[in-house]
Amino acid sequence: MSFLSYLINGISLGSIYAIIALGYTMVYGIARMLNFAHGDIIMVGGFAIFTAVSTLGLPAGVGILVGVVVCTILGVVIETIAYRPLRGASSLAVLITAIGVSYLLQNVALLVFGSNARQFTSVVNVPSLKLAGGQLSISGVTMVTIITCVVIMAALTTFIKKTKIGQAMLAVSEDRGAATLMGINVNRTIAITFAIGSALAAVAGALLCSTYPSLTPYTGSMPGIKAFVAAVFGGIGSIPGALIGGIILGIIENLSKAYISSQLSDAIVFAVLIVVLLVRPTGILGKKINEKV
Amino acid sequence: MRKLISLGLAAAMVASLTACGSNSNSGTTTTAAGAAESTTAAAGNDSEAPASGEGFKVGVIGPLTGGAAAYGNAVKNGADLAVKEINAAGGVNGVMLELNAQDDEHDAQKSVNAYNTLKDWGAQMIVGSTTSGPCIAVAAETANDNMFQITPSGSAVECVSPDNVFRVCFSDPDQGMAAAKYIGENKLATTVAIIYDSSTEYSSGIREAFMKEAGNQGIEIVADEAFTADNATDFSVQLDKAKEANAELVFLPIYYQEASIILKQASDKEFAPIFFGVDGMDGILSVENFDTSLAEGVMLLTPFSTTEESSKKFTSDYVAAYGEDPNQFAADSYDAVYALKAAIEKSGVTPDMSASDICDAMKTAMTEISIDGLTGAGMTWNAAGEPDKEPKAAKIVNGAYEMQ
Repeated sequence: MSFLSYLINGISLGSIYAIIALGYTMVYGIARMLNFAHGDIIMVGGFAIFTAVSTLGLPAGVGILVGVVVCTILGVVIETIAYRPLRGASSLAVLITAIGVSYLLQNVALLVFGSNARQFTSVVNVPSLKLAGGQLSISGVTMVTIITCVVIMAALTTFIKKTKIGQAMLAVSEDRGAATLMGINVNRTIAITFAIGSALAAVAGALLCSTYPSLTPYTGSMPGIKAFVAAVFGGIGSIPGALIGGIILGIIENLSKAYISSQLSDAIVFAVLIVVLLVRPTGILGKKINEKV
Repeated sequence: MRKLISLGLAAAMVASLTACGSNSNSGTTTTAAGAAESTTAAAGNDSEAPASGEGFKVGVIGPLTGGAAAYGNAVKNGADLAVKEINAAGGVNGVMLELNAQDDEHDAQKSVNAYNTLKDWGAQMIVGSTTSGPCIAVAAETANDNMFQITPSGSAVECVSPDNVFRVCFSDPDQGMAAAKYIGENKLATTVAIIYDSSTEYSSGIREAFMKEAGNQGIEIVADEAFTADNATDFSVQLDKAKEANAELVFLPIYYQEASIILKQASDKEFAPIFFGVDGMDGILSVENFDTSLAEGVMLLTPFSTTEESSKKFTSDYVAAYGEDPNQFAADSYDAVYALKAAIEKSGVTPDMSASDICDAMKTAMTEISIDGLTGAGMTWNAAGEPDKEPKAAKIVNGAYEMQ
C-alpha cells in the first residue's frame, strides 16, 4: 500500500514537471531555442495570480485569466526585445541571453515582492479522491494537473497539425529560410509560439503553486530546470514526450527518495537521465534528425 | 541538435548550482529567522555619552543597513535600552556605560573595519557581531587584541572558539540537544521523525546533536529524512514515511518557509503529530497569506516572546523608545549588556584599566555570574563561552505564542 502511495506522490510531482515541460518543448520544437526563462515566467504567473486572487480578492478563474494575459504579454515582450535581435546569432548567444532574462526576472521579482515566502491560496478546489478505505488519497490538484496536461497535449498537437498557423510553425521549425520564401512571417510565427508557451507557463504556475503553495522569486527556477530535464528525457521537441518524461521523472525521484535515500534522489534522477541519453540520445520519443552538412 | 542539448544540460547544471548558492545565502543568518517580520529599521537612537567621559566604552557591531538591517538595529536598540536603564539607575559600580554602534552590513570584512573604528574610539568591550559570519571574523581580531567580546546572536559554533568570546544565544548544536531534552523531559513523545535540510550547516548541525541526545532521553528516531535546498517543495515522501513509522512527533530543525509547506502537506495527508521546531521556526506566523490554523499546536524553542510576563516591561519600554516590537535579537542584546554589567561588578574592573586587563578579569568573572535575563532565568556561562540556560518552548495557540 505504501508503494502505491509513493507512486501516486510521484505521479503528482511528475504531472507538474510535465506541464512545465510542455512549454519548454513547444518553444524548443518550433523556435529551436532553449528558453531558460520559462521557469521564471511561471514564477511571474504565480505572482500575477497571487496578486489577483489574494491581494485584490478576485475569483480564482479570473485570477488564472489575469495570469495567462500577463504571461502572454511578458513572453511576447521578452521574445521581441531579447531574442529577436539574436535570430541569426549562434545558439550559445541565445542560450546565454535566456539565462540572463531568467536572472533579470528573478531579481525584478525580488525587488518588487521581496524575498519573503508567500503562502499561495490554491486556485483548484477539487476534493481529493479517497481509495482503499481512505488509505490512499489522490489530491484534487493532482487530478486536475494530469487532466490539464492531457488536454493541453491534445490541443497543441491538433493545433499544430490542423491549423494554418500550426502548419506555419512546423515550416519555420524545419527550415526558416524556405518558410520565408513561402511567404510565412517567421518573426510573427515565433512570437505566437512564445505567446502560447508563456500562456502555458501561467497555467503551470497556477498548478505548481496550488500543489506546493510557497511562492518566492525563486519558485520557478528549480522546477524549471527539472522540467527541462523531463523534456530532454521524453525527447525534446516532442509534445507527448514531455508528458511521459515528466511523469517518469517524478516517479523515479519519489521512489528513490522512498527506497534509496532522500538525500540522493536528485543524483539518481540525473544518473538515470545520463543512461537514457546514452541509449537513446534523442530521448524516449525524440525523432532522429539527420543534420544536413 | 545533440550539441545544443548538451549545451543546455551544461547550462542547467550551472543554473542549478547558482540556485543553490542563492538559497544558502538566505540561510546564513542562522538565528535570524524570527526577526524577519520587523522590516523597518528604527531611527538612530545612539546613547549619548555621559558627561563624565569616565565610563566603560562598549562597542556594538551589527548590520545597521542592508538586507540584515532588522537584526543589527534590534541588537543596537536592545543594547541601547539596557545601557540607558543601567545608567539611569546609577551605572555599574557607579561608573556609566558609553555605547557606540558601528555598521558592518552583514559583511565579515566590514565587521573587522567596524571593530577597528571602535578600537580607535577606545572601546574596552564589544557586544557583537550580530550575525555568525562577521562574528567569526571579529572574534579572531578580538582574540589577537585580548578584547572582551560577547555576541548576542552569533550561533555558529566557531563564533566563540577564542576564549575571550561569549554568547547569549544557544549555539546551533546546543539547540538540537536542548530540543531533545525538552521533548524527553516533558514526555512529549517517544517516537520521533526528523525532517531536516541536509544542504545547510544550521539544520544538519541541529539534527546531529538532536540524534546524539535522543538516545539519552529515551526517544526513538523512527524516521530520519532529509531534503535539500533544490527539493524544498515536495515533502510528501518524507511525511508518508513519518506517518507509516507512527511518529508521535516530527522534529523540524529548519526555517519557517519550508516548515509552512510541510504543515500544509501534512494537513492534506491528515497527518497530525506534534510538530516541533527550533528558532528557525520563529516567523511561521508572519508568512504572508499563510493559514495560521495549520500552525495551531506547533511547538518551537524560542528564547523570547513579547507575550511573556517577564518581558512585558521590556516590550513596552522598547516600543515606546523605538516604535516597533522587539524581536529575539533585541532581547539577546539586552541580556548581553546585563551580562557585561554583572561581569564588571564581579571582577571589579575599572575604566582606567587597559582593555586587555579588563578582558582577563572579565573572562574569569563571566563563568562565575548568573543573571535572570529575558532569554532565560539563571543564565550561566562556561569557560568555552557557551550559555547554560533552560530552553524555553512556545506552543502556537490561537495564532499566538503561548510560553510553556
